[in-house]
Amino acid sequence: MHRVFHPSSNIIARVTIFGGLIIIAGICWVVYAVGTSSYVTEVAVPRSQPVPFSHQHHVSGLGLDCRYCHTTVETSAFAGIPPTATCMNCHSQIWTDSPMLQPVRDSYRTGVPLVWNRVNNLPQFAYFNHSIHINKGVGCSTCHGRVDRMPLTWEEQPMEMQWCLECHRNPNKVLRPRDQVFNMEWQAPTDQVTKGAELANSYHIRDTHYLTSCSTCHR
Amino acid sequence: MNQPHQLSGSTNGCEGETHKTKKTFWRTLEELAGSESQTNLVKRLEQHAVMIENALDRRDFIKLMSASLALAGITGCSVQQPTEHIVPYVRQPEEIVLGKPLFYATAMPMAGYAMGLLVESHEGRPTKIEGNPAHPASLGATDLFSQASVIGLYDPDRSQTTMYLGEIRSWGVFLEEFLKDISKQRASQGAGLRILTGSVTSPTLADQIKGILTAFPKAKWHQYEPAGRDTAREGTKQAFGDYVDPIYHFENADVVLSLDSDFLCAGPGSVRYSRDFMNKRRPDVSNPNMSRLYVAECTPTNTGAKADHRFPMRAAQVEGFARAVAYKLGINLPGSGATPYTDHSDAIAALARDLQAHRGSSVVIAGDYQPPIVHVIAHMMNESLGNIGKTVRFIDPVEANPTNQLESLRQLVNDMNAGTVELLVILGGNPVFTAPIDLDFPSALSKVQTRVHHSLYYDETSALCHWHVAAAHYLESWSDARAFDGTVSIIQPLIAPLYSGKTEHEMMAALSNNPDQTSYDLVRKYWQQRHGTGGSTGGSSQTSTTPGQASSPPSNTTGVAPALPNPPDGFDQWWRKSLRDGVVANTTAAERAVAIRNSQQAGTASNIPPLNPGEFEIVFRPDPSIFDGRFANNAWLQEIPKPFTKITWDNTALISPATAQRFAIEIDPARRGGEHGNMVSDVIELNYQGRTLHMPVWILPGHPDDSITVHFGYGRIRGGDTGSFKGFNTYLLRTSFAPWFDVGLKIRKLDETYELASTQAHHSMENRDLVRAATLGEFKQNPKFAKSEADDPSKSKWLFPNWSYPGYAWGMAIDINTCIGCNACVVACQAENNIPVVGKIEVMHGREMHWIRIDRYYSGDEHNPETHFQPVPCMHCEDAPCELVCPVEATTHSSEGINEMTYNRCVGTRYCSNNCPYKVRRFNFFRYADYDTPVVKLQKNPDVTVRSRGVMEKCTYCVQRINEAKITAEEQDRTVRDGEITPACAQACPTRAIVFGNINDPNSNVTKLKAEPRNYGMLADLNTRPRTTYLAEVRNPNPEIKTE
Repeated sequence: MHRVFHPSSNIIARVTIFGGLIIIAGICWVVYAVGTSSYVTEVAVPRSQPVPFSHQHHVSGLGLDCRYCHTTVETSAFAGIPPTATCMNCHSQIWTDSPMLQPVRDSYRTGVPLVWNRVNNLPQFAYFNHSIHINKGVGCSTCHGRVDRMPLTWEEQPMEMQWCLECHRNPNKVLRPRDQVFNMEWQAPTDQVTKGAELANSYHIRDTHYLTSCSTCHR
Repeated sequence: MNQPHQLSGSTNGCEGETHKTKKTFWRTLEELAGSESQTNLVKRLEQHAVMIENALDRRDFIKLMSASLALAGITGCSVQQPTEHIVPYVRQPEEIVLGKPLFYATAMPMAGYAMGLLVESHEGRPTKIEGNPAHPASLGATDLFSQASVIGLYDPDRSQTTMYLGEIRSWGVFLEEFLKDISKQRASQGAGLRILTGSVTSPTLADQIKGILTAFPKAKWHQYEPAGRDTAREGTKQAFGDYVDPIYHFENADVVLSLDSDFLCAGPGSVRYSRDFMNKRRPDVSNPNMSRLYVAECTPTNTGAKADHRFPMRAAQVEGFARAVAYKLGINLPGSGATPYTDHSDAIAALARDLQAHRGSSVVIAGDYQPPIVHVIAHMMNESLGNIGKTVRFIDPVEANPTNQLESLRQLVNDMNAGTVELLVILGGNPVFTAPIDLDFPSALSKVQTRVHHSLYYDETSALCHWHVAAAHYLESWSDARAFDGTVSIIQPLIAPLYSGKTEHEMMAALSNNPDQTSYDLVRKYWQQRHGTGGSTGGSSQTSTTPGQASSPPSNTTGVAPALPNPPDGFDQWWRKSLRDGVVANTTAAERAVAIRNSQQAGTASNIPPLNPGEFEIVFRPDPSIFDGRFANNAWLQEIPKPFTKITWDNTALISPATAQRFAIEIDPARRGGEHGNMVSDVIELNYQGRTLHMPVWILPGHPDDSITVHFGYGRIRGGDTGSFKGFNTYLLRTSFAPWFDVGLKIRKLDETYELASTQAHHSMENRDLVRAATLGEFKQNPKFAKSEADDPSKSKWLFPNWSYPGYAWGMAIDINTCIGCNACVVACQAENNIPVVGKIEVMHGREMHWIRIDRYYSGDEHNPETHFQPVPCMHCEDAPCELVCPVEATTHSSEGINEMTYNRCVGTRYCSNNCPYKVRRFNFFRYADYDTPVVKLQKNPDVTVRSRGVMEKCTYCVQRINEAKITAEEQDRTVRDGEITPACAQACPTRAIVFGNINDPNSNVTKLKAEPRNYGMLADLNTRPRTTYLAEVRNPNPEIKTE
């Protein structure tokens, strides 16, 4: 009785099985690579804006504090985007003829607000609160990066749930003293593990179960 | 299984002492009857089979699924998030902190009377209504109407422009024509000018109208409220010779007799009254006392449901009952009454003795729907019992122009028919729909040369008027109004008018030839003047004229707010403070001394003839959810299950079980999806004074025999998309001679049926031991009557380790003894948590979305059962059955014991809902939330996710409020204080029956309540360890009265 399958069938079968696995793994890798690429997450991609506002110039060049414009960051969930009037506090005096600032002057004159493109964007079922993070010693640069070095602002972190949870599971590694929260230059000290734990203790940071409860962010 | 009401005793096998007092509770008549008839079962199975037949077969299902997968793949192609925009202010208003709501005090006028409110505003959008703790009619709570009024503001069906004969015109064009008409009237001193309003308490409006009547001496001002309080007004006039308003002090009342009065849930003071009343009904071990409530009533009301003794009787018999009580109290009454009341003579004697024993601490209150004579008798009883000045006080009328409104309307109709009315200005109201049918208002209206209607909707009346002016909602208006006790509130707008709406002040300003004045200027100027003229110190109200002449409308218009002393800090300071507080200081009306007029004159018996055999009594009542029809387009109110029938989106003729039996009328629960989703009811023909109406029937336990109640307000034709063509217009039977009840109704069963959406049998918990109740005597003997050994199964029965709660542990206690079933919590929850409405068809499928429901149970026989209300939100079980079965961990346990629901994880298996013994989980079968209508989005609470299709949702204990309070506390480096977090339901509750807090804190209010002996957990024998527990109900029947 002759064999039903030619001996080469074994090879075909092996290639098919292992090749299939490799292809599936490859597809997974591609999906993962694309999903985490800056093309999808838009991390480190500068956004165009109606007025090419430079944090670099205003923060490291002029030394403005974050809270001059983002006034409610210590008290509210929303850090606050400055009204046109805030821009005009200075720009009614300086660069009054700059063509780049024409939209600002127009907005102030006509009362039609500027429409900025959002850089840091959370899905609408996630309720982030700036004030509690500021008050517990999480610095601006921890999430937003060195904004003082951004000519046009980009998103520093992917702002995905996994990234949020990294800190909520172990906040000690990012905590800094409250007076350093707005310091862009702040670097974690070498003994951050012990310093962070001390800060967590004195700022009454709640335990991991609490910080990772779903309703902490979702409601 | 045939007798489910015995299940409770037998399943848990615990026959301890607690079960001696166990009553039998039932929700539906068929549950009471016990077994389900064989025919019904077959019918249901057939219907079920039809549903299955129509369902998709496997192939179609796979086709559909592959199609949707393919579509999902296509949409998945755009992996980048869409660009979102941030639009900041140009000049940010002072006080606005983006992300934090602001609260403004204002007031809602309801049939003229103010309900003080605090309105939550997110960046200028009013989103949620709360009560104003400083306002006497609110004390921080609200009724369901004010809770629901916020979507009235955003109603896309609201009238948006001025119209002339159905065509759009500008306000300017209207003014031009209007001023021409007015100048014509000036020549005749206004002989052809008539103004028709509802009840007016607004001092500014009254002052404006008074000014107009001075300028046009021959003009007349008429008032009409369809659910008006004429009888109460006439009652005081007959008793005391003057119009006065009674104010009841239930906080001092140990015995209360209600003569068909629903003082807990109807009328301008009801929210306040229910708080005061229930504060006397919280028995605990240290003070096991409570007041006693007797109710003689016709249509079952929420007040009757809380009665210790309820005497159901036809509405016409209440007078006889009142006379019988008065006779026992030794009061000499003129006349004998039309129908002497002979039943319950022992009970009446005992009741009279009880009242006698509580002289000065009892209240007799007559209902607004009873004739004046009943009010007179009630006042006489109060006087004889020494209650006047103690539990009942009188003040000058709060209304600016108290008058007999039916007579006022009749006079207007007569004038219109006589052709003497040339210009009619209708401010608010919808008389074409609501006026008594015998007056034939529409045809009289057609004889008026120029008709102007100012209202929120282009409604039935607008359609018959030349001009229609879009009105501003109260949340868009500057105005003022007075509460039931006279306290003035200034109404400030939360938002500029969405659609060029005008206030009634602006209309009246136009009428007085000053069309450029804004209502802000008008209200402010009025109050500035009040300060200038007043000189008295205390704010007593002696300046009002004698209300006795009020029957001719124009003569008396100054019975408004008292004159005020000049404010020490200047008017601006006073104005700002009054706006901030929501009440104007020192404007509560002073008590007025009254005396019963010569009792021989005090009223004559109402002349309602006795009931002929074979005929019925017809009783008219405003609808419990859409009132007189004005809220017909309010979807929240339409979908509220009515307190007793649990019907949504419809009205019915209510009849007693015995009457139904006589006519072989049936309600057949048909199974369409949900548990007894729709009810198929027989339709009857109502024949009253030659007018007929076909209506479905609802058999209501506790309704008196030979009497039929119909609610008016439904059957709108121009009520908006939501409100039109819903229910049946019973105004078509209502006459000016008998606006509340009459004899002579004939009924006939038709060979027709009608489908009703009633949630009565939804979420059935199979009659387990859910409601626990005892009498006060039983409570004193055994305070722990509500406890059962079965409630505390050993914790070792649980497979998983116990949770630990080192920080907060949130919990709730609901006192079913003080719950009045008013539905305010249900609407409040809906507003706070962005809960959608689903419509009648979906309710029939058992898919209503309310996170908190009020279960209504009966105990006792069907002719006069005791009624029990039980609000049921999520129990937040510590051992939650739902958490274990979720395959994707979308429902989890928080570190503070909240049973969380994470919408973005939910894949819609509905396992959790199946496993929930309390049936409190709600599933979005379709995309119920309105994502498309722009104006509706403005109402949404930005702190709560708007859920889409395929997602489970349920009560979260208002976790957004918990998080907000915790963040505030942590930023101040402290813990959350007791009372800092109030969920929407608890905040709205008029009687404070719902209490929330941290059960880890031994001093918190909720911990104390949970330590009370009346505390029990619902279905605790299942070892779910619910965080929400109940305080059992205690009634205080008179031991001298034997229950039949």
